[in-house]
Amino acid sequence: MTWSEMQPLLEQACWDTLYMVGWSTLIAVVGGLPLGILLVLTDRGGLLQNVVANKVIGQVVNIARSMPFIILMVALMSFTRTITGTTIGREAAIVPLAIGAIPFFARLVETAVREVDHGLVEAVQAMGGNTWTVVRRVLVPESLPSLISSATTTVVALIGYSAMAGTVGAGGLGDIAIRYGYQRFETGLMWITVAVLAVVISVIQFAGDYAARRLHRRGGGSGAAPRLRLLKAGPKLGKAA
Amino acid sequence: MITTSGLTKVYRSRGREVTALDGVDLHVREGEVYGVIGQSGAGKSSLIRCVNLLERPTAGTVSVDGHDLTALAGRGPRAGRELRRARSRIGMVFQHFNLLSSRTVQDNVELPLEILGTSGKERSRKALELLDLVGLSDKAKAYPAQLSGGQKQRVGIARALAGDPKVLLSDEATSALDPETTRSILQLLRDLNRQLGLTVLLITHEMDVVKSICDSAALMENGRIVESGTVSELLATPGSELAAALFPVGGDASGDDRTVIDVTFQGDAATRPVISQLSRTYNIDISILGAAMDTVAGRQVGRMRIELPGVYEENVVPIGFLREQGLQIDVVGERELVKDGAK
Ligand SMILES: Nc1ncnc2c1ncn2[C@@H]1O[C@H](COP(=O)(O)OP(=O)(O)O)[C@@H](O)[C@H]1O
Ligand SMILES: [Mg+2]
Repeated sequence: MTWSEMQPLLEQACWDTLYMVGWSTLIAVVGGLPLGILLVLTDRGGLLQNVVANKVIGQVVNIARSMPFIILMVALMSFTRTITGTTIGREAAIVPLAIGAIPFFARLVETAVREVDHGLVEAVQAMGGNTWTVVRRVLVPESLPSLISSATTTVVALIGYSAMAGTVGAGGLGDIAIRYGYQRFETGLMWITVAVLAVVISVIQFAGDYAARRLHRRGGGSGAAPRLRLLKAGPKLGKAA
Repeated sequence: MITTSGLTKVYRSRGREVTALDGVDLHVREGEVYGVIGQSGAGKSSLIRCVNLLERPTAGTVSVDGHDLTALAGRGPRAGRELRRARSRIGMVFQHFNLLSSRTVQDNVELPLEILGTSGKERSRKALELLDLVGLSDKAKAYPAQLSGGQKQRVGIARALAGDPKVLLSDEATSALDPETTRSILQLLRDLNRQLGLTVLLITHEMDVVKSICDSAALMENGRIVESGTVSELLATPGSELAAALFPVGGDASGDDRTVIDVTFQGDAATRPVISQLSRTYNIDISILGAAMDTVAGRQVGRMRIELPGVYEENVVPIGFLREQGLQIDVVGERELVKDGAK
């Protein structure tokens, strides 16, 4: 295979991957952020304490999160058809990717939000703020560096999952590596794909870390900034005692 | 301005019950600085958190500026609109400042105004004015992480004042600060109290805080207020633990057959030569074991520990003479007897 043969394949694959991962990340953030916050708020001692709701959400999230992606994809076929009208192609892959990533991101959000000092919540309550104020002015902005790290982790995980999306004909970099490298012994193309994946993941990770660090430095100062592939944020933001 | 009656708070966790407040009646008058002092675990934080209902009292009522907050609270666990509105008129400062690290100093001060729905322009005008009041106008654009502890607490105070409160609650506001910074923060609170007519309820475990700025004080033990009153009332109360702690004098008796008494002078009593009169009138030798002059709540107060020859029974008449002069007399040793009898 020559470079001129590979190039359009790779280009298309890159776009397919970014398309799938981009949309499913967006959906995962939109769905996982409120879910993660709700997990904190409904917990014992939380602002919207509701033990039953907390247990139910927690259980659903755990099950969805531990489900192997390939099984999730198959299990969700009819749901995917209802939404996208098809079970193959890029759009069809986005549905299971997003649904797999929502609980994944939600747990990371939960961990990040729990790190927020409860004193800040109390301060806002003492000013007369309601629960929504607390979420909007305290929980989200104060955990933003960790939330960005969490989103980065989710993107990287989604790139991994999207490799399996090839099985429903969605294309993407992972699909190329499997089809050409594994099935047709095009070792050259496979290694190039691997290299491209490595570069894409590194760039995303770097951008995410950079953004998180910048925000963190602005606010925190003393604590260590979130590090590469850290699931949890760094220590609580600096608090002089 | 702040009145609690029969305030009780019982924490229940995993079947265990802790009574943090046990029928607290507190009365803070308008425009005064009121200090609640007590050891760790006495229930001070529970008390102050019940005042703005961050903590729901198990029983009893709280009223602030004529509004019965416990009635506004409703039955659910969440604070309704009425209670939130009332809270916005009560400022609160915290031991660990509780500033949002994601916001600049100015934005932190603006936060209560955002909650009140004040317009952007008015918010920033007010925030800058308050930062000027606490002496931090040059730090408006800094982030809390770039400030020292004392500066953070000044921001906390500016923020607490943003909603034009009549009442300021302070939960160990100086406990995380060094002595020098503590003094400057206390001075600021005192100035605000004077300038704005702000009523301040502060809790502390440090006697110096009470001594330097409080008009009134209460001593808390095991969820109860065991002593309370204005500082001069307390100093005039025989056997007052708070008075003794506020203004200690030392010195031990030189023998068994001696009577040791503490004499407290306040106001014009401080200027009369009572000790020499006593000595002359009864022809007794008086030794001074210890003495101190100090300013408590802005008044000159003197305390002296003296020793009279002979046991207490022989000195009833001279002690009576001193009491007639309008002095407050505590017989050392007798105090312990009185206290033991009360138990
Ligand atoms: N949220 C809580 N849950 C259970 N017990 C509590 C809680 N808050 C305080 N307590 C208990 O109530 C008592 C009084 O505490 P606190 O009001 O914090 O005292 P202080 O501020 O004087 O140190 C302590 O025994 C403490 O352990
Ligand atoms: Mg306390």
